[in-house]
Amino acid sequence: MKSDIILAGVGGQGILSIAAVVGMAALENHLYLKQAEVHGMSQRGGAVQSHLRISEREIASDLIPEGRADIIISVEPMESLRYLPWLSENGWLVTNTTPFVNITDYPDMKMLLAEIEKLPHNIAINADEIARQVKSPRSSNMVVLGAASPFIDIPYQSLENGIKKIFERKGKKIVQLNIDALKAGRDFSASHMK
Amino acid sequence: MEKLLLLGAEAIAQGAIDGGMSGVYAYPGTPSTEITEYVQHNKIAIERKLHSQWSTNEKTAMEAGLGMSYAGKRAMVCMKHVGLNVAADAFINSAITGVNGGLIVTVADDPSMHSSQNEQDSRFFGKFAMIPILEPANQQEAYDMAYEGFELSEKLKIPIMMRITTRLSHSRAGIETRPMKQENKLKYPEDPIQFVLLPSNARKRYKGLLGLQSLMEQEAERSSFNTYYPARNKSIGIIACGIAFNYLMENYPDRKFPHPVLQLGQYPLPFSKVEKIVNECEHVLILEDGYPLVEEMLKGYLDKNSKIKGRFDGSIPRDGELNPDIVAKALGLEVKAGKIIPSIVADRPPELCAGCAHRDIYLALNETMKEFGKQKVFSDIGCYTLGALPPWNSINSCVDMGASITMAKGAADAGVHPAIAVIGDSTFTHSGMTALLDAIVENTPVTIIISDNGTTGMTGGQASHATGRLEEICIGLGVKPEHVRVLTPLPKYHDEMVNVLREEMLYEGVSVVIPRRECIQTLGRSKKDVKVKMEKVLK
Repeated sequence: MKSDIILAGVGGQGILSIAAVVGMAALENHLYLKQAEVHGMSQRGGAVQSHLRISEREIASDLIPEGRADIIISVEPMESLRYLPWLSENGWLVTNTTPFVNITDYPDMKMLLAEIEKLPHNIAINADEIARQVKSPRSSNMVVLGAASPFIDIPYQSLENGIKKIFERKGKKIVQLNIDALKAGRDFSASHMK
Repeated sequence: MEKLLLLGAEAIAQGAIDGGMSGVYAYPGTPSTEITEYVQHNKIAIERKLHSQWSTNEKTAMEAGLGMSYAGKRAMVCMKHVGLNVAADAFINSAITGVNGGLIVTVADDPSMHSSQNEQDSRFFGKFAMIPILEPANQQEAYDMAYEGFELSEKLKIPIMMRITTRLSHSRAGIETRPMKQENKLKYPEDPIQFVLLPSNARKRYKGLLGLQSLMEQEAERSSFNTYYPARNKSIGIIACGIAFNYLMENYPDRKFPHPVLQLGQYPLPFSKVEKIVNECEHVLILEDGYPLVEEMLKGYLDKNSKIKGRFDGSIPRDGELNPDIVAKALGLEVKAGKIIPSIVADRPPELCAGCAHRDIYLALNETMKEFGKQKVFSDIGCYTLGALPPWNSINSCVDMGASITMAKGAADAGVHPAIAVIGDSTFTHSGMTALLDAIVENTPVTIIISDNGTTGMTGGQASHATGRLEEICIGLGVKPEHVRVLTPLPKYHDEMVNVLREEMLYEGVSVVIPRRECIQTLGRSKKDVKVKMEKVLK
């Protein structure tokens, strides 16, 4: 078993929380893990990505080779496309469709969605809207993770357990809101898988 | 024995704590910051009262680390590669004084310049100082080298350099820890003049350092961090330094190398192992993240048709960090072509945060400069350097820490008026204070804007030594009190800021303008703790 995942987004959008939850889930399943983060200047509203590798065998490189990622998980639609060179032929692209517009030349949304739709395996989800529907507006990142969860080779329950561990210090309510968001994302994928 | 999930930087900190360290000294700098932050928050380190407060700059950190070693205790000094330039005087001399307690100087290089001005390779400084260098291949080795490094340092009575790169520093993996060692007791150096580098002593000490070189080589020769993997196909041999070994393994899982491989993690070069691989292979490919240091050592100057391959002959790109694909291409292995990035994807550069005080001062500065003309604003290194980008385009330089004030002075000496420096509060204490003194001595007409957000913002909000004492420092150094002007950078005070800036720019002497408002990031953090920590025990 191995899952090579690119996490994408804009600085401050919570991709490291996704990494933390998947990381916890990987540990529960006694898997090896490597996760390369971007720190420093790029976190100030710039494009950020994290290479997250999970495997039952020891992992060598902290970086995923090009064309080998099993999944791109993105919390922002344009950012999901920035890392296409890493996506494998049969890899899944799972992305939030709510744009984060902090540049003047942000592309046309229709063209963006058309590019995402060109990929044979994609899930485009309005995670911000779904997060609002489940009354967890701050957990759109967990909605996206839920939508990606069918393609990560880890039992779903382990992701919920990961949320419990990562957010336990913030209280039961926050834990539950994040689990609800995760579940809503997963349900969306189940009904939209091609 | 427990297993922890740690960043490479954190693994070094944990290794140092477990290895009996009594204190860490550092100035924050990406990608080295997390080493010290980990010690600051580590339970055992707090219980043991290990020193972990930030230093004013890398030079003071290096000297304090040397002082702790003088007292017989184990110390680590951390910095990023350009910080080593600041600490270089003390660093090179520490090889001459030698150490008493173990001393590890950990330097984090940034090939590909993810957040730096250059790619310089600190191994050159280690070689320059003629001390052993440890270069981990992965997070576990980072832990192990910090854990074992103090003993190597004490055995040789010499400081040790540990060199890592951004990728290892900022990547997480599982680490197995080892039994915790006790701290050293206070103990003075046996030789009372060891640390007195008067020329007559220094000459003796230097001969001693030269005499130690063969011992350092022997240590490298038998080091478990330098491993030779024999193989049949000798058309090429591979020397893989530090993290480059990981990228090599990605192409040959489970260390099943078809060619001989020398994994290099401890310098000086282990002579017989290097000689063996060069002699038995037709070609030797050098994989090193950073500059072609080993390649140059093996290739020499005149031997242009050497069998040594690497960055010089184009087998590997001359700049930028390594990755598994670059290594695969150099070995003639198949590389998968990924999909192309659609042309509609736009660049998204970093920017000043919404609500950041630097924004307000740049708006006021831009308006003032309309009256005085362009290209007269010298900046420094920090978040405010982002003011070089649109929509601000407010600043015209960023060279090194502290350079804003001294460059403005030089420009003023050349006849530029007004000459303006923009610097942050933390950078000001790092190396702006001496620059300010230069301007004061000559009463050079410069206007210095110390954009005070009460923290070291760019690296994530570490304590700033200027907090609460900025005006006192400036007046104490000799700025006239009436030309130390404190402002509140908010849109509603825009006109006032423009007026004050204009007044001080027209003044023909040294003036300091201090726009002061807390960093929007640290302000948000103090309101609610949003940091998610991944440091948990693995079973």
